[in-house]
Amino acid sequence: MEIFLIDKIVLIVAVFGITLLFALYSTYAERKVAAFIQDRLGPNRAGIFGILQPLADGVKFFLKEEFIPAHADKALFILGPSVSMTTALMTSAVIPWGNSLELFDRVISLQITDLNIGILYVFAVVSIGVYGIMIGGWASNNKFSLLGALRASSQMISYEIAMGLSIIALVMTTGTLSLGEIVQQQNGSIFGISGASWNIIYQPLGFLIFMICAFAECNRTPFDLPESENELVGGYHTEYSSMKLGFFLFAEYTNMFISSAIMSSLYFGGYNFPFMDQLGLSHNLVTILGTTFLFAKIVMFIFLFMWVRWTLPRFRYDQLMRMGWKMLIPLALINIIITGLLIVVLK
Amino acid sequence: MHSLSNRSKVVVKKEMTLTEKMYLPAILGGMLITIKHFFKRKPTIQYPEQKREFSKVYRGKHILKRDEQGRENCTACGLCAVACPAEAISIVAAERKKGEEHLYREEKYAKTYEINMLRCIFCGLCEEACPKDAVYLTEELAPANFDRSNFIFGKDKLVQPVGTSAHPKTYKPYKK
Repeated sequence: MEIFLIDKIVLIVAVFGITLLFALYSTYAERKVAAFIQDRLGPNRAGIFGILQPLADGVKFFLKEEFIPAHADKALFILGPSVSMTTALMTSAVIPWGNSLELFDRVISLQITDLNIGILYVFAVVSIGVYGIMIGGWASNNKFSLLGALRASSQMISYEIAMGLSIIALVMTTGTLSLGEIVQQQNGSIFGISGASWNIIYQPLGFLIFMICAFAECNRTPFDLPESENELVGGYHTEYSSMKLGFFLFAEYTNMFISSAIMSSLYFGGYNFPFMDQLGLSHNLVTILGTTFLFAKIVMFIFLFMWVRWTLPRFRYDQLMRMGWKMLIPLALINIIITGLLIVVLK
Repeated sequence: MHSLSNRSKVVVKKEMTLTEKMYLPAILGGMLITIKHFFKRKPTIQYPEQKREFSKVYRGKHILKRDEQGRENCTACGLCAVACPAEAISIVAAERKKGEEHLYREEKYAKTYEINMLRCIFCGLCEEACPKDAVYLTEELAPANFDRSNFIFGKDKLVQPVGTSAHPKTYKPYKK
């Protein structure tokens, strides 16, 4: 039991550290990708290729003036970014980061906890994340912040419905809510290639809807209306400065990392990779390779997030709402019907 | 009417087809364009290490020339100050004393010659007005400073150092 606890604590600290590291370097990657797409070089002065830039940014954030507006609700004002950050980090607990390692006659699972309602847990935590933004915008006592927070919360609620509906179709095919089991099911072989029966093959439309909703949930372009600076000054974080603003921005990048991980796990086979059982490697090696593949998939999705950001312009708010309610939700419902029919026909 | 550039497009407000309504092909097309730029060579010039070559007619910081014997060309006639549209140049003239023939070419010389770099627009009219081949604009950039008073360049900053090249554009400015 004690050993089990130590395992879990080590894993939690490792996942926590990796998540923060990814979020930290996502800021750098974002600037680099933005620069490359815009025919620039991007940050390249701090360290070789500018790899120390995130540290410099961090130091800058910590040294900036901490400012709380006079008419702001101080307790809530501090609570806002903390809620955002906490919820962003909490989701990583149910993601299977790898299969299992066999060390010293023990089997160590590389998942912090395999909840049998994993997906529901993710949705529950993500929906608390709205409170961070809502509280932040409300506590600022600034009408632009409040408008930004309102837009953020209505956007996130609208897109969570379509996201949930797209997941229902996936749950219908997999028959489980546990993330660990969903990933394990994608281990099956297709056309003789083991570890390649990924859910994207069975749920392409569901994946598309899920991905669009994930973009909206992370407040990434083209859905970054909560912080549209030309309409709302800065959106829900207008009044924030120093590390409190840093937390909001950091939470966005953490969310991006986590949703990339969830997209990879749900639709892109998680830690499974093609030919994984046909190479004849030892179990531990396959696990390590699998984890590497999972992180490659995550990096690919993070790159996609950034790529889209520098391609598509921001939606108008009514277009955003129309897309959520009149297009994605019906599409997700149609997807459920098609999935149901196929399951009945193929049985 | 025929357009001048041949690039104008006639705007048609027709119903979009299904593929156009789905937007996804258009999005993919856009993403293809951006990813192409991702791999392109960057035209950035990294300033302190790399420097862009100036054009032959670039007008930078001024210089007051000396002749082949190292004497100052300027005779403080004031034509540059008159020609200056920004009124940036101010000159105080003085008479050459005995024993100063090796310093100044003619009997009259500029005791002070000041250009206010905050006013100067680098138009080059002073260069054109000068009858004595004295004032030229070099390829050197006027340096930045934190104090406005340091932008008034006197003779200490303007006169060509002794022993440097005679041609204004090949003159390499000395570094501090």
